Amino acid sequence: MLKTPSPSIFRPAAGIDQSALKEHKALVEDINRRGLLRGAVSLGALTMLTGCNVTHTDAVQSVLRRISQFNDKVQELMFRPNHLAPTFPESMVVKPPRFNAYYDIEDIAPVDVASWKLELAGKIENKKPWSAQEIYALPEEEWIVRHICVEGWDYIGQWSGVNLKQFLQRVGADLTAKYVSFKCADDYYGSIDMATALHPQTILATKYAREPITDPFGFPLRLRTATKLGFKNPKWITAIEVTNEYRGGYWEDRGFNWFSGI
Amino acid sequence: MADITINSTDRHPARLHPLGLRIMHWVNALAMIVMIGSGWEIYNDEVIFGWLHFPHWMTIGGGAEGALQWHFAAMWLLMLNGICYLGYGLATGRFRRKLLPVWPGDVIATVRDALRFKLGHDDITHYNAVQKLLYIGIIAVIVVQVLSGFAVWKPVQLSELAALFGSFQGSRLVHFIGMALICGFLVIHVALALLVPKTIGAMITGGPAVGDDAH
Repeated sequence: MLKTPSPSIFRPAAGIDQSALKEHKALVEDINRRGLLRGAVSLGALTMLTGCNVTHTDAVQSVLRRISQFNDKVQELMFRPNHLAPTFPESMVVKPPRFNAYYDIEDIAPVDVASWKLELAGKIENKKPWSAQEIYALPEEEWIVRHICVEGWDYIGQWSGVNLKQFLQRVGADLTAKYVSFKCADDYYGSIDMATALHPQTILATKYAREPITDPFGFPLRLRTATKLGFKNPKWITAIEVTNEYRGGYWEDRGFNWFSGI
Repeated sequence: MADITINSTDRHPARLHPLGLRIMHWVNALAMIVMIGSGWEIYNDEVIFGWLHFPHWMTIGGGAEGALQWHFAAMWLLMLNGICYLGYGLATGRFRRKLLPVWPGDVIATVRDALRFKLGHDDITHYNAVQKLLYIGIIAVIVVQVLSGFAVWKPVQLSELAALFGSFQGSRLVHFIGMALICGFLVIHVALALLVPKTIGAMITGGPAVGDDAH
């Protein structure tokens, strides 16, 4: 059902691989010995040198990040607020869901639900913290939608919980603010645009396949939005802030595209 | 029209490959190499075929985040350049003059000549039937590649387009196959250009002067 794990980006990056430079030297020397392929490969090799070793230099990184920010704007324009993501029959739901975090599944730290509370901050009228019991008492809705990871894998999941827009209305949030930002028990953090927060298929999920979400997948509370990549769905949420300040996110601050809409 | 052209004392006679076309060709080459190299790095994060990982030294981006940045930057270059190229080819009639018609009989004859090493390379201003077929084919593949790329990028916002490719993994597979076809074209295209080096010169300097009806 699940594919063989491939090298995951959801692990701390080991930094720049210096061996690539050495290997390139060998490649270029090798090319020099070849007649026919010389012209063909050297252009490619040159570009590869550029890419591999220059991505992390300040000037190139700054240009690439600016283009990524431009792509945020483009995706904002492409976003259709009332267009629903495809939904699927219950028979296609994968159980359990596939795990993803910036560390391995063995390293998750379960949240103690008795002492857990959801804190609210920013442009919200009623900032009274919420207990798990109070959240569970809210009206629930269910979506069976595709989860797509930035790595390239996907699965159909069945999520239920309170609609985020309804929750934000209930606590008197300023729905004209730009961002909704999340903090998590595992120090993960992230933020989404208000349009996505108000999308009908964006929920604060408490259940998976009609059962309480289990520890690895965000118990007791996680975000589930059908219009963004997996890493834009923070798990083990402890605080929600409505703000006009850009807060970035764990992966976004490491170079991944912020909007990451699908 | 013909008289005016023939009698023209223009110091810059029409070349086989006009300047704009040459710029578009090399911009496309650069954008395509960046797209392929960064795409390989993105692919490596979740391989479609267990036996196929692209060696890190031949990818662009250093890691998934860098590769995605390169891919979604070169995407604009490739797309805008491609739109200019298609617009130019259609508006000037170059596609029609250079690439049409393609007769199956000519294709067979060209292949036969090539296998007997009887294919002439003296006149590079006219494409043979196999060249026409390959160029039409690669243009079509790149168009589909852009569409499947959009389906992978925006399977929800462009769900109508994505549905054409089946599932999300279906879009990924089509995008992968498109990449493989483009790489295959690239190998043949570059190998043949190296066999007849004056074609490379022509794509840099413009090549031989051609009459108005032939360029």
